Amino acid sequence: MNYPVLTTLILAPLAGAALLAFLPRENRKELRLGALFVTVFVFLLSIPLWTRFRTGSAEMQFVESRAWIPALGVTYKLGVDGISVLLVLLTTLLMPVCVLASWNITDRAREYFASFLVLESAMIGAFSALDLLLFYVFWEAMLIPMLLLIGVWGGPRRVYAALKFFLYTVVGSLPMFIAILYLYFAAGVNSFDAEKISAALQTSPLESGPARLCFLAFALAFAVKVPLFPLHTWLPDAHVEAPTAGSVILAGVLLKMGTYGFLRFAVPLFPDAAAHYLPWIVALAVIGIIYGSLMCLAQEDMKKLIAYSSVAHLGFVVLGMFSFTEMGVSGAVLQMVNHGVSTGALFLCVGVLYERRHTRLLDDFGGIAKIMPGFAVVLVLVTLSSIGLPGTNGFVGEFLILLGSFEASKWPAILAATGVVLGAAYMLWMVQKVLFGKILHEENEHLGDMHGREWAALVPLLFLVFAIGLFPNAFLSRVAPSVRKLNSQVHEALLKSRAVEEPR
Amino acid sequence: MNDASRCLELVPLLCLAGFLANGLFGRRWSRDTAGVVGTAASVASFLCAVVVARELLRTDLPVRADLWSWIDIGELNVRFGFVADRLSVVMLLVVTGVGSLIHLYSVGYMSHDSSPARYFAYLNLFMFSMLVLVLADNLLVMFVGWEGVGLCSYLLIGFWFEDPEKASAGKKAFIVNRIGDFGFLLGLFGIFIVFHSLDFDTINNMIPAVQDRLTGNIPVFPFTMVTAITLCLFVGATGKSAQIPLYVWLPDAMAGPTPVSALIHAATMVTAGVYMIARLSHLFVLAPATLAVVAGVGAATAVFAALMGLAQNDIKKVLAYSTVSQLGLMFVAMGTAAFSAGIFHLFTHAFFKALLFLGAGSVIHAMSGEQDMRRMGGLRGRMPATFGTMFIGALAIAGIPPFAGFFSKDEIIWSAWNAPGPQRIVLGVLASLASVMTAFYMFRLIAMTFLGSGRGSAEAHSHAHESPWTMTLPLAVLATLSCVAGFLNVPELLHGGARFSKFLEPVLAAAPAHAGEHASHGAEAGVMVLSTILAFAAGGAALWIYVKHPGLPAAFFRRSPALAGLHAIVRDKFYIDEFYDRAVVRPIRTTALLLWIFVDVLVIDMTVNVAALVAELLSESLRRLQDGLIGTYAVWFLAGSMLVLGYFLWQLGGAG
Repeated sequence: MNYPVLTTLILAPLAGAALLAFLPRENRKELRLGALFVTVFVFLLSIPLWTRFRTGSAEMQFVESRAWIPALGVTYKLGVDGISVLLVLLTTLLMPVCVLASWNITDRAREYFASFLVLESAMIGAFSALDLLLFYVFWEAMLIPMLLLIGVWGGPRRVYAALKFFLYTVVGSLPMFIAILYLYFAAGVNSFDAEKISAALQTSPLESGPARLCFLAFALAFAVKVPLFPLHTWLPDAHVEAPTAGSVILAGVLLKMGTYGFLRFAVPLFPDAAAHYLPWIVALAVIGIIYGSLMCLAQEDMKKLIAYSSVAHLGFVVLGMFSFTEMGVSGAVLQMVNHGVSTGALFLCVGVLYERRHTRLLDDFGGIAKIMPGFAVVLVLVTLSSIGLPGTNGFVGEFLILLGSFEASKWPAILAATGVVLGAAYMLWMVQKVLFGKILHEENEHLGDMHGREWAALVPLLFLVFAIGLFPNAFLSRVAPSVRKLNSQVHEALLKSRAVEEPR
Repeated sequence: MNDASRCLELVPLLCLAGFLANGLFGRRWSRDTAGVVGTAASVASFLCAVVVARELLRTDLPVRADLWSWIDIGELNVRFGFVADRLSVVMLLVVTGVGSLIHLYSVGYMSHDSSPARYFAYLNLFMFSMLVLVLADNLLVMFVGWEGVGLCSYLLIGFWFEDPEKASAGKKAFIVNRIGDFGFLLGLFGIFIVFHSLDFDTINNMIPAVQDRLTGNIPVFPFTMVTAITLCLFVGATGKSAQIPLYVWLPDAMAGPTPVSALIHAATMVTAGVYMIARLSHLFVLAPATLAVVAGVGAATAVFAALMGLAQNDIKKVLAYSTVSQLGLMFVAMGTAAFSAGIFHLFTHAFFKALLFLGAGSVIHAMSGEQDMRRMGGLRGRMPATFGTMFIGALAIAGIPPFAGFFSKDEIIWSAWNAPGPQRIVLGVLASLASVMTAFYMFRLIAMTFLGSGRGSAEAHSHAHESPWTMTLPLAVLATLSCVAGFLNVPELLHGGARFSKFLEPVLAAAPAHAGEHASHGAEAGVMVLSTILAFAAGGAALWIYVKHPGLPAAFFRRSPALAGLHAIVRDKFYIDEFYDRAVVRPIRTTALLLWIFVDVLVIDMTVNVAALVAELLSESLRRLQDGLIGTYAVWFLAGSMLVLGYFLWQLGGAG
């Protein structure tokens, strides 16, 4: 069957959202079944991205290009390469999981599921847009449903959390918008097509001043999303207030928009500026790893703890990206997927407990392994993946990142590796507080173990934990060619910047 | 692929299958089925190991099995491959052999436990991980096993997780091991940078080609490359093999079931550091500075731990410190480049220390969980088999000829006295001292547990009974091995063939020749005779004191408060745990909390909140739509877009 895969993937969830609008708002059962059906269907539609992807090619695939606003040179241009294809698949995979995790939403279920579907559409669009303005449209479009998910279906401090999320994001993305416009005029090819602009910049480069400013504008938008220290404080609040599925999608996919943006736009468009700021970004990544891990040790709320652990994990991803070695960058791309899988699963686990006890405080648990043995096994497995035990996905990613960045420069890698120790400390501390010891609270004595729907949400993620951990080549071989292409661009810039600095 | 390599694959995979079977279906099985399945997996794996060993001996070629290409990216190409050569086959037989005996023993020991399936699943998973560690043909797969055994150790120490102390002990073991693994990883990175490969064969073959790079200095530190690499790896070894400064997890690890202590925390896992150094011996011999550190840390640990072992009253704690001390001796051997001596002691120690732990387990089982030796005594008559076998174990570890420990320990003590350079006196004295103390605390244990009269409640003593055959049979087998294993490596001095050492010679690095110092057979004989006399004396003294004059130590300490104070410090383990807690754990926690409050909450968030306030005030005047937030955003976005469009049109107009 031949269909424009990417356009279909963007339109199908929108169509689904429109269909949900026709269902009466009080029919909760039909609404959630409908949402599940749509998301599973979208996942099935995305399978060709895996099966028909030409492994070994660094070029964009599944490319679709149409004029959109010809007068301004805006094109509707989509495509995926090794860097984005896995992220699109991660999105379509996590969506049904999110719907399963939202089974008990009662309040305005129709709008809730519709927001999720619109969000899916925007995320897939952002991962596959190759036109800068189109990318920006999708980028901003993601903001609204996410804002609603936190602000409407969130916890008690949802308005504060939503406002914070909003402010950070806007402060980050407006400069990017201006930088996109500047590029349009500076490149002078009457097009927003990223490839055309990039090619034009290679023949007639920007002055280093404007190039650096533009890079910083892009970097700011992406650094907020990653989030890179010290722009991370929106994340714990957003996670704590968001409903379970909101956290899953926020950690699983939205954070990767930041790291992905660096790889797709910020770095290839401005390799010289990227090379110039590389030490700073690496430093922030390493601080993020250590600082984020330390933060985890100070948390009492499980969601906050996992949120801060994301700061540390995404620090690893940025460290790997900015090593610009084949191992480091490929490891970083793989780790984006890994983080989506394991942290998504961790948030699902918190959701399992929250649904039963309506609390996420570590002190309210203890001894849970005795009454919920199935849950205990899952939580331990997911934790092991999160701390990167060999055999799980987390190890392959972390190891490649550390080895790649060690090859690039020793000290950041050595400092970052302490995060491996701290990671074990805070995660095992959490596991102990929740699972082990005696049951301290009467309310916990009769909790039921995980049931079918919860298993259905977690089993696919557990499968991926071991599939990626044991057979990472199936994933790495897709990523590597595109990474090599990216690296070759940057290495020229790096050589240039070193050649400039050397004479001093 | 031939049959031997098929068998080699099966060795770990059978244990994995046992784990999966018990893990997935065990809860539906009866108590006995779980034990039988677990034990059967382990025994089957042992039989496969025997086939592999026979093949190796017959052909004298390493048996290999190549499973799949694990990670292949850039320069890194790691295959999941196993190799059984002369070194790994020794470990292979020890792990599966002792492991099978301990599985059998566990059937009896865990017969009253409520979750046997989980226990045997973990035990099988441990065997699998340990076998991966031992059989790995490259460093990364070794690291898989290395971390895997750490995980199983964590799970089994905290097996009775409802007790928060036991759960904490498991966590401590994992985290301390991770600190070591940090070093291991850095060493591995260093090796990759130099060799562009992690395969042991490639590394060994390439050493001459990259010798200059290895012996060149690294920036910042006054080390050569190879010293830095091997030191990092040794940090990993101190974690896994419980050496100073990372030994603290092992005594706490005694919280796990006793058979686990025997298998993981005595016979197999904790020797992984020694094995790793032997695996990379060709690299370590290029770094004399590292070897000196290894020997020094080993000797210091041997004495320090033995000292603490002297003053413990918990039967398992005595054995735990004894293990730390014996591992220290193995590192003395590694550090003096007597690699085969270290491996030989690892080999014999696996038998007699597993025996001692299982014997202690048998006693604890009989005394309904009692572990304090002050409430034991006089059990000899009630538990003759346990007493007899444990006595043999004590003789073996104390170095009494002709039991196994005599031959293996003697070789290490001699290697210490015969080390190059002036440090040999220190190493020699420390090694001999540790060995004397070993004899003393071992016979103190025997005396307090089995001899004299019962000191516990009359009821406890009358209930004490000999254990079932599943427990005494492994004891008997291990006791036999503790008697005879030493004869595999009778030194030339005693007109033996040193067969074990010669067997390993081709795979281990030769000691760097040192300045033609070839000590005479006379000196070697002197050390041997002296060690034996001291062992007899110390053991005899312990028996004399703790059987004939049990009140003597207490009376002694009453007379001398200073010595009593010293004794208290030793008994309380020099307050090292407390020191680590105050110097490392708490400062990190406090820093975390302070950073969170001051940096995250105060500085960053305050800035953001002020900005938010300003924004809100601004938007107040713009607010026209009902949803404040979305409204604001829409306004911003619209206004921005208008501006942009205007700019476009102006530009276009200007251009046209």
